[in-house]
Amino acid sequence: MSTPMRHHLLSVLVENKPGVLARVSGLFARRGFNIFSLAVAPTDDPTRSRITIVVDVDSAPLEQITKQLDKLINVLQIDELAPADAVERELMIVTVMVTPETRSELLSLTEEYRGAVLDEAGDRITVSLGGTPEALDGFTAQMGTAVAAYQRTGRIALPRIV
Amino acid sequence: MKTNGGSALIKALELEGVDVIFGLPGGAILPVYDPIIDSPIRHILVRHEQGAGHMAEGYAHATGRPGVAMVTSGPAATNIITPLADAYMDSVPMVVITGQVGTAGIGTDAFQEVDTVGITRSVTKHNELVTNAADIPRIVREAFHIATTGRPGPVLIDIPKDLVDPMNPNSALDWYWPDSVDLPGYNPRLEGDPKLIRDAAQLIIAAERPVIYAGGGILKARAAGSLLALAELLDIPVVTTLMARGTVPDDHPLCLGMPGMHGNYTAVTAMQESDLLIALGSRFDDRVTGKIDAFASKAKIVHVDIDPAELGKVRRPDVGITGDCRLVIDELILALKQIGAPEIQPDRSAWKSTISGWQEKYPLSYVQSEVGDLLKPQFVLEQLRDNTPDDCIVASGVGQHQMWTAQYWKFNHPYTWINSGGLGTMGFAVPAAIGAKVGRPDRMVWAVDGDGCFQMTAQELVTAAAERIPVKIAILNNAYLGMVRQWQEMFYQERYSEVYLSPDLPDYKMWAEAMGCVGMRVESPEDVLPAIQRANEVDDRPVVIDFRTDAREKVFPMVPAGKSNSDIVVGPEDVR
Repeated sequence: MSTPMRHHLLSVLVENKPGVLARVSGLFARRGFNIFSLAVAPTDDPTRSRITIVVDVDSAPLEQITKQLDKLINVLQIDELAPADAVERELMIVTVMVTPETRSELLSLTEEYRGAVLDEAGDRITVSLGGTPEALDGFTAQMGTAVAAYQRTGRIALPRIV
Repeated sequence: MKTNGGSALIKALELEGVDVIFGLPGGAILPVYDPIIDSPIRHILVRHEQGAGHMAEGYAHATGRPGVAMVTSGPAATNIITPLADAYMDSVPMVVITGQVGTAGIGTDAFQEVDTVGITRSVTKHNELVTNAADIPRIVREAFHIATTGRPGPVLIDIPKDLVDPMNPNSALDWYWPDSVDLPGYNPRLEGDPKLIRDAAQLIIAAERPVIYAGGGILKARAAGSLLALAELLDIPVVTTLMARGTVPDDHPLCLGMPGMHGNYTAVTAMQESDLLIALGSRFDDRVTGKIDAFASKAKIVHVDIDPAELGKVRRPDVGITGDCRLVIDELILALKQIGAPEIQPDRSAWKSTISGWQEKYPLSYVQSEVGDLLKPQFVLEQLRDNTPDDCIVASGVGQHQMWTAQYWKFNHPYTWINSGGLGTMGFAVPAAIGAKVGRPDRMVWAVDGDGCFQMTAQELVTAAAERIPVKIAILNNAYLGMVRQWQEMFYQERYSEVYLSPDLPDYKMWAEAMGCVGMRVESPEDVLPAIQRANEVDDRPVVIDFRTDAREKVFPMVPAGKSNSDIVVGPEDVR
């Protein structure tokens, strides 16, 4: 699940108020754009939240969507982050089916990814992993059909320190 | 000072300078209606909440001040969604207050509960659900600020009943009035970028076939005077869109009139052939551009708009300037003078004579009816135009009658033409005219309506009669949903599907009289003028004239939907 060229990363600083996420996501829906992933949480300033949106769109409509977003009263700042100018992370928890033979393989791979075992019963182990979205893609690809279920947070990002 | 949410709301409206509220009470908003009795604010009791919204819009169009409507929760809130959407499309400053069920009832499917802020999110500039009575003065202040600044638009405030009910402790607050608003995410840019203004001036002074494309933003920015000064400085012709009719007087030699799907040949073709379009407060609407790929393909674009999202939304400008139209035009005039305008400019005499040639060859025209035939709608409009004051305010609904009015009226003053442009709301005319007359009681106000439109909102004439608001309604009654009929005739092989309405059902004269209005019916050309004169003399109640018009008459010119503006059909003889 690599990032195609049409994926753009928007970092949107908003007022931390009820309904703001609905305003933002509603705008994408109304203008016909698909949100690929979305992560939202308060920032160091509790009156502010940061929404990180990966959107699937060409650059011309992206300009229109950022201008329309900027018109929302509760939206304070919008930064479009080029992948090269941003640090990105994503968290995943994944349940993997194991046999006595593959169990140690999973544990060493989890260690390699600096993950942690969260839960284990019978032939299933749930681990958590943090990393770049591409690294998480690599992990699930390597596990292949042994993956029983996973949940990802969507990516979060900040601009690189220059 | 201790107060309650309901009293605070009314006091806040008073402090915002509100002189009239259009509304209708009900359960959830009931506590706010009690302090209205003691307020100097006039309340106009409408017969349907949609009427309240369109009246507030008509008031705002005519005065430039925000219109205010107040209704209850649930069905009242849903009934006012159409006016909100209409105001959002046409950038009309409006504040709508809706009642909401008590805070404890929200989300429980309580009686008359709907998710009003959820439903109206995409048709308002901003909306807010009040969660604390102490927020009411601040939220009202912010609502008026947002509605009236930047690109104007509708703002909705949804207030739960317990926060305004003095019997409920949740409504208690200490009164305050904020000195200013604190909205960190809202900073509309008014001043244009000086460098971009200089770039625009260079393009303008070099253009050989320039056209100013004036939109409704000119009116919102109170920029009609600046626009005229710019046009006159360099002798540049101006097209005035449906939303900008009257910004430059129709009798001014530089005014080419209305462009677009039913624009006149000269306005449409001058844009098509121009080498520079100076778009001022206009938004390249599909009804103006026709097929966008074929629109004004030889033209460079200077685009000025207060909403940065309009720049490049439809057509990428060569110079796009975010800013208030009046401020930017004034700066543009200075920049043009600095580079030698009006002395330095190309010889544009060929362009001017081309334009006047088109005007001569392709005037608006229709064939007068034979004796005994039904009236021509254009003839009725010419008679109305020529027998009403020059500054008469005219409102219309949506359809053929709207286009004929936009074409045949002479708009010589800004803020005299009120219609539903973007949303195309049938039934807009009657309530909008009432709102306009409330805002401008010194002016004569006529509504030109279609028979289909009239049936959608006519009940507000009861409001007008009860409140002694003497608006005048001319129904161009062709017994059809005329514009739909025209499309079925032209594009569906004359297969008329569900467009016939009957000229006599309802009986418009009797209906008008039943609503407390003067009712008249006019069937022959010689009776048109006396009826208009009689209507003009009535000043204590509304007047409705049922003009029986010819259903076969179509609106021309016409650019068929999806076609290039170069494929304009000038008249019936041009059809296929």
